[in-house]
Amino acid sequence: MSINTGPPTAAGDFAGGLSPGPIGSPILAQSVGVAGGAELAAVAPGAGGGSFGGGRRWEFLHFALRNPKLMLGLGVELIFVAVAIFGPLLAPYSPTYHGTPALHPSAQHIFGTTSPFGTDVFSQVLYGVRDSYVVGALGALFAGAVGLVVGFAAGYRGGLLDEILQLLTNVMICIPQLVLLIVISAYLTTRGVLFEGVFIGVTGWPWVARAVRAQTFTLRERDFVDLARLSGRRAVSIVVKDIAPNMASYIFLVFVLLFASSMLVAVNFDFLGLGPTNGLSLGDIMNQSTLWSALELHMWWWFIPPGAALTLMVLALYIANVGLDEVFNPKLRQT
Amino acid sequence: MTLKVDDLRISYRTLRGDVRAVDGVSFSIADGEIMGLAGESGCGKSTLGNSLIFLEGRMKHVGGTVELDGANLPIADYNAMNRHRLRDVSVVPQYAMSALNPTRKIGRMTADLIKSRGADYRKVLEEFKRRIDLVGLPQNVLNMYPFELSGGMRQRTTMVISTLLNPSLLIGDEITSALDVTTQRAVGEMLMEFRDRGFVKSMIVITHDLSVLAQIADSILVMYAGKLAEKASSSTIVDNPLHPYTQMLIGSLPEVGLRYDEAPLTGIPGRPPSLLNPPTGCRFKDRCPFAFDKCVEEPPFVELRPGHEVACWKAMDDNAPARTEAASQGAPASQGAQS
Amino acid sequence: MRRYFTRKLITYVVAFFVATTVDWAIPRLMPGNPVQLYLTKFSITTEAQYAAIQKLISASFGVNVPVWRQYLDFWDGVLHWNFGLSFYATEPVTHVVFQAVPYTLALLIPAITLSYFLGNRIGAMAARRKWLDNTVLPVGYLFQAAPYAWLALAMAYYLAVRYRWFPVDGGYNPGLIPGWNWTFVASLVQHWFLPFLTVFLVSFGGWAIGMRNLVIYELETDYARYLRSLGASQRLVRKYAYRNAVLPQLSGLALALGVVVGGNIVTEVVFQYPGLGHLIFLAISDEDYFLLQGIFMFIIVGVLLANFVIDIVYVIVDPRTRLSMQGAPA
Repeated sequence: MSINTGPPTAAGDFAGGLSPGPIGSPILAQSVGVAGGAELAAVAPGAGGGSFGGGRRWEFLHFALRNPKLMLGLGVELIFVAVAIFGPLLAPYSPTYHGTPALHPSAQHIFGTTSPFGTDVFSQVLYGVRDSYVVGALGALFAGAVGLVVGFAAGYRGGLLDEILQLLTNVMICIPQLVLLIVISAYLTTRGVLFEGVFIGVTGWPWVARAVRAQTFTLRERDFVDLARLSGRRAVSIVVKDIAPNMASYIFLVFVLLFASSMLVAVNFDFLGLGPTNGLSLGDIMNQSTLWSALELHMWWWFIPPGAALTLMVLALYIANVGLDEVFNPKLRQT
Repeated sequence: MTLKVDDLRISYRTLRGDVRAVDGVSFSIADGEIMGLAGESGCGKSTLGNSLIFLEGRMKHVGGTVELDGANLPIADYNAMNRHRLRDVSVVPQYAMSALNPTRKIGRMTADLIKSRGADYRKVLEEFKRRIDLVGLPQNVLNMYPFELSGGMRQRTTMVISTLLNPSLLIGDEITSALDVTTQRAVGEMLMEFRDRGFVKSMIVITHDLSVLAQIADSILVMYAGKLAEKASSSTIVDNPLHPYTQMLIGSLPEVGLRYDEAPLTGIPGRPPSLLNPPTGCRFKDRCPFAFDKCVEEPPFVELRPGHEVACWKAMDDNAPARTEAASQGAPASQGAQS
Repeated sequence: MRRYFTRKLITYVVAFFVATTVDWAIPRLMPGNPVQLYLTKFSITTEAQYAAIQKLISASFGVNVPVWRQYLDFWDGVLHWNFGLSFYATEPVTHVVFQAVPYTLALLIPAITLSYFLGNRIGAMAARRKWLDNTVLPVGYLFQAAPYAWLALAMAYYLAVRYRWFPVDGGYNPGLIPGWNWTFVASLVQHWFLPFLTVFLVSFGGWAIGMRNLVIYELETDYARYLRSLGASQRLVRKYAYRNAVLPQLSGLALALGVVVGGNIVTEVVFQYPGLGHLIFLAISDEDYFLLQGIFMFIIVGVLLANFVIDIVYVIVDPRTRLSMQGAPA
């Protein structure tokens, strides 16, 4: 499920991008497909930044390092990434290890054990973080790719293509993502991680398309695009070489949000038991816990930690996102 | 005297320090006078004008006083100023075209505004309609939303709303800048008419466009880099400017009726100094063709001829006799800031 | 305005069409033979039984008929509100669905409306008061980051299992006979509360953050500056800012619906609350495809209707859609 809620900090042209001002909106944007904001969320990598010696990038870096939200969010996220990469190597037990069931958290089993097989929850969570990241990344990648293509095409070309793509986007938005996922996956007997990633991507792109389209619209009117057009360059080339780089910061923010939202959808999806048939994601752990009545048996350590881990992973991304927005958007910087 | 400004200093807070946008400015405006405030971008004219009604965001009042109709205007105190806004001082902002709430009908918005200022809208409504008519807008404007009007119409509406309670002082911030020449003239005439009918007692018209001022302003005040350069009646400024900067400004204007074959329009080469750490001495000296050694010392803003004040050593030297006369008559030796 | 509505209606019609087609097509595209699958559920002892049931099921699935015919038959069913028999309940699908719908609506409607209105109010206040801002923002982000599943589980565990303040599952106390009396209604409400709270909390944070950002933006617009320059009261400026900020929030409501519906499903599953979400879960577990198809259509129609209602309200509230040439955004 994409972000759990979503009023977009949208403003103005809802069809547009993120809301005005703080891209904190993006968070919301995603569920909400983002409104206005695009224009506002100033993709304004504006401030030339010559003052800090060396162009825009240095200015961004300078502010980035000093932005507490970005540093905090990024820091926490990196910890989790490290867990994802190294966790399984350092896990005290194999996730399929069978031991004493239903143990409370202790020094030997930090998150206790499951029942009835007595597997170590902590090790499971370590593996789960990795799986969740993989699915999240895949989903973000696909959704981002589709959303970018649709958004650029609609925004740059305009006209009939735009109308058709907009119709397509709006139709997709009307159909709830999780419901669609459920219906599609319910009939499959084996599901892989790749499938899940693709499905999430294929159902989660509409808001990206909307946001990208709105931004492309505004950029398209600029002079440098006219120049490129006059010099006879092909549309794809113009989009890739002129428009996209000017939206780079925006696109980056969009991907951050996509990543967070894909992970969220995956968790809820896996929890329903529709996740990949191999592998063990955080949602799967929670699903198992309910299947084995962890709730009634008061085995909170089985389902609280995995969910908490994911919440932190997503929260860190959100906070980093807000910070990143401040870095890219000079107007938001607090002095 | 309607307005008396004494040694006003306004700065902007920035990451890198305080930018001294208005650095010691003194002048006065009489009843019924339309004073133009001219200068290039960044010279402080907008800051000066706006500080008289609304110190926004990063602007802070560093020094100096403002007196309107004999009473002190507490520009630094947002709440204390509220009494005066719209009633005594008003503004037609630079962003007049987007100054109206897009989701509120114009009549409704004005009613809300007037009521929130503690005035009786019903009494004002009649006058409102009359003035709408006066500026050439249809009566049903009151029932329309801003997006239903053209840019020019919105600007005129803003002008009417801003002057509805007959303020003593109206500040017009670049109100002609976004308009075509014909509309500029119409707006200029509208301003004069407002003054003639007593809707407004006096005005400060801020613009970088001297040609507009030449038409409508009684006097012109030229600013440069946060300080005053010259003040005189508009005819004097246009025909007989004393400050080199003003001279170059006038010289850079094309003249109607003249055709130049090969002579290029002279602009003024160079850029104004940074106001973060303003240079000592005359701020124009780096771009001034007449700069000489005395210019490292800041020239005072003095009356060199009756009703004509200048801050320039060269002008002082050229007009020495007039100056000593004025000095001997006891006119204030300097009204500008001494650095 | 006409253009605005035409576009919306076209979108909804196409969406309905696409959804129906997807609903019909998916089971047929999947590996395996649905008829066989159904057959395995019956305990069949004789050949005759097998043949008879196979005939019945095949007819229901329409496998004896060309594909395009199957498709049209499905449409026929949809338009007549006939989705066949639910295997798990051996009742018409529509019947089963209708029993679950009130529970879901009772959950969704208060949760969505309350979180929307409260969230907007608090968000707007947070835009002005630093202390509120410093609490609302982190809390809001936290709830947004929490998966529905986890929040529901946490609520269920702490408030129902551990502290026994609320029941942990079901729609009402199974020992009671449904009827319009206090005991029953009280039981309904008790069972309703935790799922409601879960859905409410997750949404609330988002609305609050969104509104806060929007109000901050509106307070810095030109019209707000102008009003302040002319000495308008803070109250007036805030009132205008709020009204204008609500508009994008309203559009956002339409979009958020899809998300909340999804979250609702998960929540119902955790609490075994007998709404549509729970029903979906049962349908999947029992491989009751007719039921699944029916529920899907229901949800789609519900979401489209809700979207339409919001569109109407939006037009009423935003004069620009009514009168200007552009029409509302998308």
